[in-house]
Amino acid sequence: MSLKIDQDHSRFRSIVRGKIRQNLRKYISQGELIGRKGKDLVSIPLPQIDIPRFRFGDKQQGGAGQGDGNPGDPVGGSDQGDEAGDGKKAGQGAGEHSLEVDVTLDELAEILGEELQLPDILDKGKSKIVNAKDRYTGIRRVGPESLRHFRRTYREALKRQISVGSYVPDKPVIVPIPDDKRYRSWKTEPEPVANAVIIYMMDVSGSMGDEQKEIVRIESFWIDTWLQRQYKGLESRYIIHDATAREVDRETFFHTRESGGTMISSAYKLASQIIDDHYPAEEWNIYPFHFSDGDNWSMDDTLTCVEILKQKLLPRVNMFAYGQVESPYGSGQFIKDLREHFQKDARVVTSDIRDKDAIVNSIKDFLGKGA
Amino acid sequence: MSEFALKTSLPSYLAREQERIESIAAESGLDFFPTVYEILTYDQMNEIAAYSGFPNRYPHWRYGMEYERLSKSYEYGLSKIYEMVINNNPSYAYLLEGNSLTDQKLVMAHVCGHVDFFKNNFCFRSTDLDTGGRTTNPAQRPANYDPNRRWIDKMANHGSRVRRHVARIGINKVEEFIDHCLSLENLIDPHAAFRGRRPDKDPDADEEVAAVPRLKSKGYMESFINPDEYIEAQRQKMQAAKEKEKRVPAHPERDVLAFLLDHAPLERWERDILEIVREEALYFLPQMQTKIMNEGWASYWHSKLMTTRILDASEIIDYADNNAGVLATSGGRLNPYKLGVELYRHIEDRWNRGQFGKEWEDCDDLEAKKNWNLRLDLGKQKIFEVRSLYNDVTFIDEFLTPDFCREQKLFSFNWSSRNERFEIESREFRQIKEKLLAQLTNNGNPLIAVEDANHDNRGELLLRHSHQGVDLRADYAREVMKSLVRVWKRPVNLLTAVDGKPVTIRYDGREHSTRQMRP
Repeated sequence: MSLKIDQDHSRFRSIVRGKIRQNLRKYISQGELIGRKGKDLVSIPLPQIDIPRFRFGDKQQGGAGQGDGNPGDPVGGSDQGDEAGDGKKAGQGAGEHSLEVDVTLDELAEILGEELQLPDILDKGKSKIVNAKDRYTGIRRVGPESLRHFRRTYREALKRQISVGSYVPDKPVIVPIPDDKRYRSWKTEPEPVANAVIIYMMDVSGSMGDEQKEIVRIESFWIDTWLQRQYKGLESRYIIHDATAREVDRETFFHTRESGGTMISSAYKLASQIIDDHYPAEEWNIYPFHFSDGDNWSMDDTLTCVEILKQKLLPRVNMFAYGQVESPYGSGQFIKDLREHFQKDARVVTSDIRDKDAIVNSIKDFLGKGA
Repeated sequence: MSEFALKTSLPSYLAREQERIESIAAESGLDFFPTVYEILTYDQMNEIAAYSGFPNRYPHWRYGMEYERLSKSYEYGLSKIYEMVINNNPSYAYLLEGNSLTDQKLVMAHVCGHVDFFKNNFCFRSTDLDTGGRTTNPAQRPANYDPNRRWIDKMANHGSRVRRHVARIGINKVEEFIDHCLSLENLIDPHAAFRGRRPDKDPDADEEVAAVPRLKSKGYMESFINPDEYIEAQRQKMQAAKEKEKRVPAHPERDVLAFLLDHAPLERWERDILEIVREEALYFLPQMQTKIMNEGWASYWHSKLMTTRILDASEIIDYADNNAGVLATSGGRLNPYKLGVELYRHIEDRWNRGQFGKEWEDCDDLEAKKNWNLRLDLGKQKIFEVRSLYNDVTFIDEFLTPDFCREQKLFSFNWSSRNERFEIESREFRQIKEKLLAQLTNNGNPLIAVEDANHDNRGELLLRHSHQGVDLRADYAREVMKSLVRVWKRPVNLLTAVDGKPVTIRYDGREHSTRQMRP
């Protein structure tokens, strides 16, 4: 059924996409494309356009709240002192804040896949073991006692006792009878066991600034999320390099800043070494991703890189991805060299990431092939 | 009218419930407009909610934005709209298809409370219309009050007016102008409807300065009773007052939108749109002025009616589960439902036990106060009176007590620049009340008035922000200035203060400039 709102909605979508009324774009609530929250929850800000009005600055005003705590304690939540508890009443007028939605990573990957129309990754037949896995998805009236759902059972018993009048408020004893009992029920789902490893490599030489790293961070988050969904048991390794390369943990990977020159070959050598030591190609799906501003030390080193790729990496990996982040200092030569040498090789994927807005397209470049 | 607005058939089991609940509500003293219920699927519900409850409004992207927000939060399971009711006579209320019968009953009981409030609270009288669809003077309320509040029709008319302009002028131009008007939407006077239009001055009246009235005296006393210096001073005073009268506006005008409608050089379609935006802003104003009272009143009545009359024993658990969700506070936020309902109960209890008046105020024996009970049973009468005669500001101002703040664990909070977060500031009654009132005053909007339409004798507009301790948000203010220039078509100046120093911000159509004023 078509709704009257569709017209207004498509108008809003075109504004958000920047197709019309470009002057409104600046009011679109900015915010990180994605933020990790808790263990496996993320929040996606919805685009909201704030109509400017005369209003008070956010921080000076303060307000009144309700709840526990002593003076000096932080106020849980945010500055919105007067939002309705559960969104029962329709909001009036324009929305004022971007809404953060919590979704599980799995759902997120699904959204990502739909949004970018990513193909599922083709199984290369490396491991075809299938495990059966039980997931608890519902409630039923029969089942083993060990799966009894305490709260539901209790609630049913309470309901029954109140409706037959045997509930005494002063002596609130709830005794479930067999009919009240509720049990968790499960579904068995086949789950393919596939092993995959992502090797992230990043240039941390002087020319890579915070903005560039932010781009790498967001992009690698999405890649992680997508591959995580494709392969259970995904491992990630992190390599940073300037003139030399070393393996680091995730935290260090995103927060290190070095100065000095760039020898890309050092990273490729290390990656090759890691694969040799830990990930035999016949059992593992291997995905090296390299991010750099494309400013290599010398042509010689670039040739060494090409050599390592051809001899050692490419024969063993599913795909080799290179993302070039634009920086004010880099010459951006490396991507051209790679493209020149591997023009016909489908295993090498390169992508130019000019700014944050280009991330989405670049993810599509990398993952769109289903390799 | 749209398809579903005509399709008013409620399933018979719900129609029966409606009849039963409304008769119970009426017996309890509620007095409401007739209410039409619609059953909607969730996407219809989201659509209607995006339009703030109206089936038909003028086209604008922000409804689309709201729709997307609502549908996404529904799809992700964050929130769902149970209930919606609009201030119209007859009232329209919407039920979500697929809700349990207990939920639908809860909604109906809740709606009875809202509609009673719409009909009886004084603020909403500014939404009464005359037969021509214009707002009327709310000060007069005849017996047998059955006002015309056909806002559904009025909003639909606004829609067709705007669509006509779009067809003639083009969507982009019209939409852009609507955006500018919406930027000014909060520059209205909440009391405008009650004050009525200021009477037009008779242009031919007294060109001459009237003679200073003299006291009667005998000739020889004249110079003592009406001394010349005094007469001269009075004449000058009158002259000055008259000069001031000539200024436009004669007094600072808080209804900036009305002022622009009267004086800005607008094309006809522009004036039409500005008028629509102003009328709709005034329509929604009472709901913002009485958010706590209105939600509190509806919650008070749904819980009273549901638990005493409507529900049978088997439904009580589901009801309690749901009700707890509605009244929950989390993360230290104030929930207007909760605050309102508790305050009504507090008032009812106080008036039942006679805890008011001079004797009560003067008593400082804590033990006596705790057990104070005169068995007056005036509670019910009092809360009905309160729901008619107060708005949120006066409600809090008059009935918030230190006891209540303590029982409800209220606190005030402030931004701590040292820790970069909002922190609990105090649990002192005074501070809490002060913060709450500051949040509610002028619906949380800054006080801004037109000071002069001929500033510097150059036809520039001068606005004054009455600074009360909190600065304006600078980037937004600059954007609003652009919208003002778009409407006024001459440079616009705003007197405000930044970091305690008075400044004038000026926008001339090309760039902003800020000038420090001497304090």
